[in-house]
Amino acid sequence: MTGIRLPQATLLRHALIFLPLALLLLALTYVVDAFTDYNIAGIAIFAIAAAGLTILTGINGQLSLGHGALMAVGAYTTSLLLKGQPQFPFLLTLLASIVTAGLAGGIIGVAAARLRGPYLAGATLSLAVGLPQIAIHFGGLLGGNQGLNVAPPAAPAALGGDFPQERWLAWIAIVAAMITLFLLANLVRGGTGRTLRAVHDNETAARLAGIDVARVQVTAFVISAACAGLSGSLFAYWVGITAPTGFGLQLSLQLLSAIVIGGLGSLWGAVWGSIILVLLPVWTSGLASNLNLSSDITNNLPLAVYGAVLIFAMVVLPRGIQGTATSLFGGARQLYLKRRLNQQTVEVES
Amino acid sequence: MKARLPNSRRWLKAACAGVACALVAACGSGGGSGSTSNQASAPGITATSVTIGSTQPLTGPAAPGYSEIAPASNAYFKYVNAHGGVFGRSINYKFLDDQYNPTNTASLTRQLVLQDNVYAVLDALGTPTHLAVVDYLNQEKVPDLFVASGCNCWNNVSAHPYTFGWQPDYTIEGKILGNYINQTYAGKKVGYFAQGPNDEFGDDGIAGLNDVLKGGGVTVVSPAQYYAPTAAGAMGVKAEMAAMQAAGVQVIASFSIPLFTAAAMASAASINYHPQFVVSNVGADIPTLTGILTGGALGATIPAALLTGMVSDNYLPLSSDTSNPWITLFKSIHDQYAPNLPFDGNVVYGEAVAYTFVQSLLAAGQNPTRGDIVNAINNSHFTNGPGLVPFGYSSSDHLGYTGVQMVTVGAGPAATLVGSPFTTDDSAGGAITAYSGTAATPPSNGIPSH
Repeated sequence: MTGIRLPQATLLRHALIFLPLALLLLALTYVVDAFTDYNIAGIAIFAIAAAGLTILTGINGQLSLGHGALMAVGAYTTSLLLKGQPQFPFLLTLLASIVTAGLAGGIIGVAAARLRGPYLAGATLSLAVGLPQIAIHFGGLLGGNQGLNVAPPAAPAALGGDFPQERWLAWIAIVAAMITLFLLANLVRGGTGRTLRAVHDNETAARLAGIDVARVQVTAFVISAACAGLSGSLFAYWVGITAPTGFGLQLSLQLLSAIVIGGLGSLWGAVWGSIILVLLPVWTSGLASNLNLSSDITNNLPLAVYGAVLIFAMVVLPRGIQGTATSLFGGARQLYLKRRLNQQTVEVES
Repeated sequence: MKARLPNSRRWLKAACAGVACALVAACGSGGGSGSTSNQASAPGITATSVTIGSTQPLTGPAAPGYSEIAPASNAYFKYVNAHGGVFGRSINYKFLDDQYNPTNTASLTRQLVLQDNVYAVLDALGTPTHLAVVDYLNQEKVPDLFVASGCNCWNNVSAHPYTFGWQPDYTIEGKILGNYINQTYAGKKVGYFAQGPNDEFGDDGIAGLNDVLKGGGVTVVSPAQYYAPTAAGAMGVKAEMAAMQAAGVQVIASFSIPLFTAAAMASAASINYHPQFVVSNVGADIPTLTGILTGGALGATIPAALLTGMVSDNYLPLSSDTSNPWITLFKSIHDQYAPNLPFDGNVVYGEAVAYTFVQSLLAAGQNPTRGDIVNAINNSHFTNGPGLVPFGYSSSDHLGYTGVQMVTVGAGPAATLVGSPFTTDDSAGGAITAYSGTAATPPSNGIPSH
């Protein structure tokens, strides 16, 4: 307990957390098999979008049921840039997706700043339902139901010819996720984070304190949407195709349940939630062919397990994985400090 | 390096001894038949088993009907396994639920290839779903056999040498349906109802219809009416039917999935509009349509008599034709290994595609590599099995069945195959010819032989 104490300066503190963590994860990709590398990439990609949603919903208190649609904006931007010849360079597709999704987020944010509670939920919900239909309507450009194919990014030749594609994708996603989390962590700990929380806690009080509430809300939407754009761009490379069926309402709800299971309002919670989001289907997918039950049961078993995990999280861990871990850790720390205090008291008495 | 040489030489010697032992053992177990023994000749193939995989919509919007296909294939494999397997190997079919969502397909296909180490992917279902992984599978050189979709995109030998279609593509179907419309409904007004716009199912089908009907003896009414394949969309096709009625359409050519075929018929009837429906095979399975109409899926119980008079097509014998020897075979396997499934066109499809896979695996030889099964199908060492028309497989064509036969629906509703099957290709103006070959009969034990 007395050992490591992180510096208080935000940048240094976060650099000391994220840099070793990134190196550790990159090393991990060498140890595990290609399929696990692929899943690590998926976790990192979802963590970017979930972390962005944490800023908006967890910290700023604006519920978005349409984040999957913002990911679609990013994914379609990337896919369109790769459609023509010559193709745009990889990094440029990521940046362009961040910009377009950020712009879309800004437009939605302006409307959203006027809406509260169920009205905001309804507006973002319509986004999740409606936006994928645009791809069908403008099928000539956006590929319709069939979607647009995206080739995975090629690993640089310097890494060797047999460097697995899955590992390279995992590297890219890990680096992108670490940079995103680093920036967001700085943001949350700084002045912007305070104003975001102030607006969440009490709008009137925030306004009295001189905070421009609407502006803060739009800012939260833009930041969050930019994260969704980056995530969507990587998502397109990860899946290999950008099609409307990949960006249904389900995706938006999955992101929301990820941050709730992980721990609402915590960036680490977004990471835990993404791990569950990606790995749970992998663990349950084989059930359909392995168990000797009626197909009506086995087909729906993975969905039932997912539902059970959600209910478990709501009932037993209402503050999510991160919240529960923090309070457990905090409780243990308090117990330790109390004991030490008692010991010192005993020593003094004797 | 030098110091380690003796060590590696000793290792080499041990390895040689090991190989020699293995060879001796192999010859020993080969026995009197003179054949060699089974070896682990490719990923997913051991001496005793072949593991293959698939992604299927077991839940979600595409599940009704289509979720029966993979369990039906598995029933056929269980039957083959119970009768000695293929070259003594049992077939292990691992099908995973992608919910018709390409994101899941991408992840699950990698799970099948990288973790479950499948020899081949069989009958993966859906166009947008499978398009997500077709490049990946070819890059990894995994045989991608008999994709369950009528998109002509699977027939691209130069880009995707490992991918094979199976069912006739929608353009072929559109051409043969159009041919029937020309001959049967001369002088009438024909309208299109299709999935889309900008959906390859609807677009390819309409391309085939247009190729034959434009310049034929009928009037094609434009614009075509489209539906979006969502659950909410099924409630809203009444406007499209009213537009058809207002335009005086007498024959509706429909490229629709079952839910929307049923919705279109019910909506038309509800506004007292009774056109002739000519429906693509994928949306015309009578047991499935009856289930949708009478089961309340459209918000009301609608009598199945509505289906009487419908025209459709098929490339496999009809599930209701109990006199057909293939149906007898498939029904008895269904009754023993998958009795919980309704015996309908989806089950026939699943068992038939499994039969084609067993044919291919046999043709690939006793210890096949992944390339061997691809070559075997390219050289088409097998008959058309239960199909009404021949396969078109060659080293330059990965299409599958090359035509269809028309189906009419009488009172009951009961479907009947009419006339002779027709074959064609998906080129504009490509000839449509009657197929006069006789249908194959199933082998006595129901399993293809080498």
